[in-house]
Amino acid sequence: MRKVAIYGKGGIGKSTTTQNTVAGLSEQGKKVMVVGCDPKADSTRLLLGGLAQKTVLDTLREEGEDVDLDDVCKPGFRGTLCVESGGPEPGVGCAGRGIITSVNLLEQLGAYQEDKNLDYVFYDVLGDVVCGGFAMPIREGKATEIYIVVSGEMMAMYAANNICKGIVKFAEAGGVRLGGLICNSRKVDNEAEMIGALADELGTQMIHFVPRDNDVQRAEINRKTVIEWKPEAPQADQYRHLARSIDENDMFVIPKPLKVDRLETLLLDYGLAA
Amino acid sequence: MTTKRTESEAQGDIKDALLRAYPPKVARKRAQQMQYHEPTDDLPAKPIKANTRTVPGIITQRGCTYAGCKGVVLGPTRDIVNITHGPIGCGFYSWLTRRNQTRPPTPEDANFMNYCFSTDMQEENIIFGGEKKLKEAIQEAYDLFKPKAIGVFSTCPVGLIGDDVHAVSREMEAKLGITIFGFSCEGYRGVSQSAGHHIANNQLFKHVVGLDDTPQTHPFAINLLGEYNIGGDAFVIEDLLQRCGIHLVATFSGNSSFDFFANSHTADLNAVMCHRSINYMADMMEKKFGIPWIKINFIGAEATAKSLRKIAQFFDSDLLEQQVEKVIAEEMPAVLEAQKRARRRLEGKTAMLFVGGSRAHHYQTLFKEMGMKIAAAGYEFAHRDDYEGRRVLDSIQVDADSRNIEELEVHPDPQRFKPRMADETKARLEREGLKFSEYEGMMPDMDPGALVIDDISHHEMERLIDRYRPDIFCAGIKEKYGIQKMGIPCKQLHSYDYGGPYAGFAGAIEFYEEIDRLVNCRFLKKLRAPWHEVGLASSGLAAEHQVGRVETEKGGSDSSDVDYAA
Repeated sequence: MRKVAIYGKGGIGKSTTTQNTVAGLSEQGKKVMVVGCDPKADSTRLLLGGLAQKTVLDTLREEGEDVDLDDVCKPGFRGTLCVESGGPEPGVGCAGRGIITSVNLLEQLGAYQEDKNLDYVFYDVLGDVVCGGFAMPIREGKATEIYIVVSGEMMAMYAANNICKGIVKFAEAGGVRLGGLICNSRKVDNEAEMIGALADELGTQMIHFVPRDNDVQRAEINRKTVIEWKPEAPQADQYRHLARSIDENDMFVIPKPLKVDRLETLLLDYGLAA
Repeated sequence: MTTKRTESEAQGDIKDALLRAYPPKVARKRAQQMQYHEPTDDLPAKPIKANTRTVPGIITQRGCTYAGCKGVVLGPTRDIVNITHGPIGCGFYSWLTRRNQTRPPTPEDANFMNYCFSTDMQEENIIFGGEKKLKEAIQEAYDLFKPKAIGVFSTCPVGLIGDDVHAVSREMEAKLGITIFGFSCEGYRGVSQSAGHHIANNQLFKHVVGLDDTPQTHPFAINLLGEYNIGGDAFVIEDLLQRCGIHLVATFSGNSSFDFFANSHTADLNAVMCHRSINYMADMMEKKFGIPWIKINFIGAEATAKSLRKIAQFFDSDLLEQQVEKVIAEEMPAVLEAQKRARRRLEGKTAMLFVGGSRAHHYQTLFKEMGMKIAAAGYEFAHRDDYEGRRVLDSIQVDADSRNIEELEVHPDPQRFKPRMADETKARLEREGLKFSEYEGMMPDMDPGALVIDDISHHEMERLIDRYRPDIFCAGIKEKYGIQKMGIPCKQLHSYDYGGPYAGFAGAIEFYEEIDRLVNCRFLKKLRAPWHEVGLASSGLAAEHQVGRVETEKGGSDSSDVDYAA
């Protein structure tokens, strides 16, 4: 079983990209589980056809310690297994601690056991690695490969570089590696070249360039992945391509985060070159 | 013992011996927290460093901010329900451990000190926030006990997840119509429990002092600040004051009640016992209400007599002075008799005191009354002014850790500020030797050259004991058994072990007898640990002990150590 975590700046399209990629993988016959690590609990909406999932933490709260895996793990598109960690309302409590609790509970419930015959588990993690809780999926070998969703916008690249620092921290102890950057295009000038160069500097690869396409938005309104909503759309093929690239990927590295001034230079070189 | 010390000093500076084990940076910092007392009228040439962070890895005596706030200052008050907002450990381990006593006027009056109130936070409350559970706890406490006031104390996790204890307190105060106030006393704030004292002072001052304006009619009305009634000390002092004809409005906070605090701003004098934990309150009450404060000390018979005389001098009344002299005259013969007995058995013996923020100073008086010598002393959480006197206040650098604790801005109350005496009277009293708003600190009362160590570490404590083999060591529960295993009796000056009271004249007699029992009881010297036995001599532990022993002997041990070191 491959254990994958998806990180990236808030709003960059992690959940959308994750679910479309998972849809692509399951189309190719893979058995995949998605664990949403975001208090908003919206990481599996497209696979489930709506916010139909009761979160791990809510279940734990209501049922006490007597929780079954079936209570928190719902089947979605083509047999994908969908879990939402859940968490507090904005501004209260500790969402990071919630993720730690919920990932631990999934383990105890045997969610990843061999008899589940999983090929993949995907952790879709909220935003940046802001505190220990959000680093949970890359600690202690829970996820072993990371993909960072990024665009050619400066803050997205800053965030990607910062996440790499987190990966370095846990790489030696936990064995986590960076699998590549997924460029989710914002139609920034020279975007593919710039992210390609960033990937080079980090010592990794741009595993796929996902072009911007309004079909993604249309599919979301229909509570579906593009692959499910319009299988023949060109954008669906993009996600299939990304899924295949991940499946065939054999480049796993400890990234070399950039100094801030180097990052700025990269932006100047590519961002203004057009 | 004195000769022993001289010998050992000839063999090397004790400071060097204590610092040798540290990495250079740590040693530099610790060196500034150790000074030989050099009396001077100017600012000290080598100021002692205090109230700074303990270096991580050092075993410190210090406690946390929550302990200082909830445990020390608010703990001794009987009719405020003190709710610890946090996981159960903080509430449980601060439950009655300070041996504060209290005496409600009738058995029907409220006394919550035997209870332990906690929200008992669970993981769920950490993740989703604990405010709801806190509200429920306040409601439950109110329904069960109908208290006049409820205090809410924040523990570490509450600060991390951002529960707003103040907003919850305001909301519940509006709902229930009683005083409810919160304390942001998360354990990790500040460098020691001292931060907690300050936070407690602030909130008591803001929320309670001045709620009841019933005028004071007694001519000699005072508050006693910084007396926490450990082992019944406050009872002894209350009795003395009453016999002298001095009216006690409020004690902060031994044997106290909410109503006393509420009316305390009507007193005419604040008598400050533990300067460290309560000087903020004295300053704020002076600024807002015009109540002057003087430093007093009821630990030690001579100190007690002096303190009573100072209070009489303040009120400038012959009648009060006569009454005070009468009480002192009644008490002193028994004290002198006990002192004579104690001196016969204790004269020339040595004590070390490493405790508190005032106690290591106050208890020196008692030891000196028995003819004992103070080999070394220091505080665990005091600031420089507690060592060197308030004259150094302006030269203390306020660091970020101290700025992290709120400093209330206090102005004279337009209606209630009232100077307690004419300026000329105050000036005359000052000329006659009464010092207002002054604490001279521990060091001026010590012998020149005496070693003073701030925030002593466990390592330093063991080295000191090795070197000097004092006849008694005064500290707290964390140190007690380590000290006794080294064959030295330990007296706890936080909880008094199971003893006390030690305040006033009666307390002094009690203390002389206790110290005689401890110092002249030889059982600790007869104790032998398993690794002392021949059969274990080849074990690793025994080898380690041998090394320690050799160093001890180099350090100047004499034959009296044979039992321990053989």
